[in-house]
Amino acid sequence: MTTEASQHPLELTNDFAPGESNFIKVDNFKFFYGKKEALHGINLEIPSRKVTAFIGPSGCGKSTLLRNFNRMNELIPGVHHEGDITIHGTSIYDPSVEIIALRRRIGMVFQKSNPFPMSIFENIVYPLRIAGQNTRSVLEETVERCLRSAALWDEVKDRLHDSALGLSGGQMQRLCIARAVASRPEILLMDEPCSALDPIATAKVEELIIELKKDFTIVIVTHNMQQASRVSELTAFFYLGNLVEFDNTRKIFTNPSMKQTEEYITGRFG
Amino acid sequence: MTSTATHSDKNFFSADGKGTSVFRLFRNRFLTGLCVALSLLTLVPLFSIVILVIQNGCPLLSANLFTQLPPAPGMDGGGFGNAILGTLVMVGISLVFSVPLGILAAIFVNEYAPVSWLASAVRFVAKLLTGIPSIICGVFAFAAVVMTTHKFSALAGGIALAILILPTILLTAEQALLGVPYAFREASFGVGATPFQTIWRIVLPEAMPAIMTGVMLAVARAAGETAPVLFTALFSQNWIKGIMEPTASLSVLIYNFASLPYAYHIKLAWSASLVLVALVTLSNILAQVIFAPKHR
Repeated sequence: MTTEASQHPLELTNDFAPGESNFIKVDNFKFFYGKKEALHGINLEIPSRKVTAFIGPSGCGKSTLLRNFNRMNELIPGVHHEGDITIHGTSIYDPSVEIIALRRRIGMVFQKSNPFPMSIFENIVYPLRIAGQNTRSVLEETVERCLRSAALWDEVKDRLHDSALGLSGGQMQRLCIARAVASRPEILLMDEPCSALDPIATAKVEELIIELKKDFTIVIVTHNMQQASRVSELTAFFYLGNLVEFDNTRKIFTNPSMKQTEEYITGRFG
Repeated sequence: MTSTATHSDKNFFSADGKGTSVFRLFRNRFLTGLCVALSLLTLVPLFSIVILVIQNGCPLLSANLFTQLPPAPGMDGGGFGNAILGTLVMVGISLVFSVPLGILAAIFVNEYAPVSWLASAVRFVAKLLTGIPSIICGVFAFAAVVMTTHKFSALAGGIALAILILPTILLTAEQALLGVPYAFREASFGVGATPFQTIWRIVLPEAMPAIMTGVMLAVARAAGETAPVLFTALFSQNWIKGIMEPTASLSVLIYNFASLPYAYHIKLAWSASLVLVALVTLSNILAQVIFAPKHR
């Protein structure tokens, strides 16, 4: 998009193979909030262009791990990590990696939709504007592309310059997805994207996730196990800061290897 | 209680099952009435001031007040255009110093290093400074500016006012920034914005109406204060020629003229009071109109 980004070692667009098995590689990763160890040495390989779900009870560390992929956790004072996370072979903690560029390659959707108090148009082009892109035609083209890929174009195309805060809850969350894909990332992180939505809006976002995996590697944290089984191909079950089991979603939900996984998905705890 | 309720249905909804006593009903009405009466009472001083100022200030009100210089002692006619201009200039100077300083300090304290020792120190000192008597600001500016430049000046008055209002601006700006939801910052960082971009494009515009409310409070305070300008800007019978000259202000004019034995000067002091109140009110309303939130 900008020259600054394309010179960067984490420019992944042209040289990664779809289906690559260790697109995101988590290597003996430990994470600490102050003295409290929230993740105890996680090892995990997430393939590209698939949907991977993180499940587990509250406080199990699934969101913490997700928020390390784009280093959002570093906004919290007093945190540190051990081990490594690599994306397409580049460590995200390599000194040459700029956090700004990393976050441009990795879109994030939050639990509560958080559109800016601006127009729909300005919300989507924000990632471009902060990268110095102000050419009208590029911005307009991006808005249409992103709104179409978030399945929102037909609903809002006549009021692009109205406030984004006038949208419904489900539309706002899809707008946030559109904004997250505006900088053409390879990876989409979703932190419980449907937990504040009604069932109809949830169904729309789930359809969208299945559609988006053609172009993006998606990692989704969810408390809703039906959702994990509906949208994901792979599921990782976390418990008390450990990765208990990581396998095909079908296997996790029908024939899990670990007793803890079975107890959790059958609702015996958590 | 339940047994009472079952054999006495009319008392079912009373708290002790014995029915509401006349005394409790009376006490409730009495206390409600008392609260209403006391609330009305607090309006009395406010309205008496406004009515008094309007009554006494209106008779002399004319365009001359804004365009002419004060009369010599014992003479009639003239106005206080120089004092209005002087007040505007000094409030302006104080804002030039205190607004950037206060807002930038608030940004550092709230956005960049909220848990640092420096942020705690700034917060603590700002809270201490809000309680500082305004005359002390005047004494400080006298020592720091008037003594070193060997001149009473609008600059000295403006600096005294700047010190006075800086803590107000800083603390209200910090509260305004705190009021911006963390989700906005998260969303901005999440798409790769730098802290500067996040603050400049998202946080500040969102906090601006509340920051401006704080600035207008500060303007009202600065325009009305007499003590900090009394022996820094002194007073002048003439139009302001530069910021390094002794300068008239509305507040000092009121103070000086009200104590003179000339009827016309006392009337001028009343009119100046009215103009001061009107200026402050007007700027408050203007700021609220200009900086009202847009995307709601």
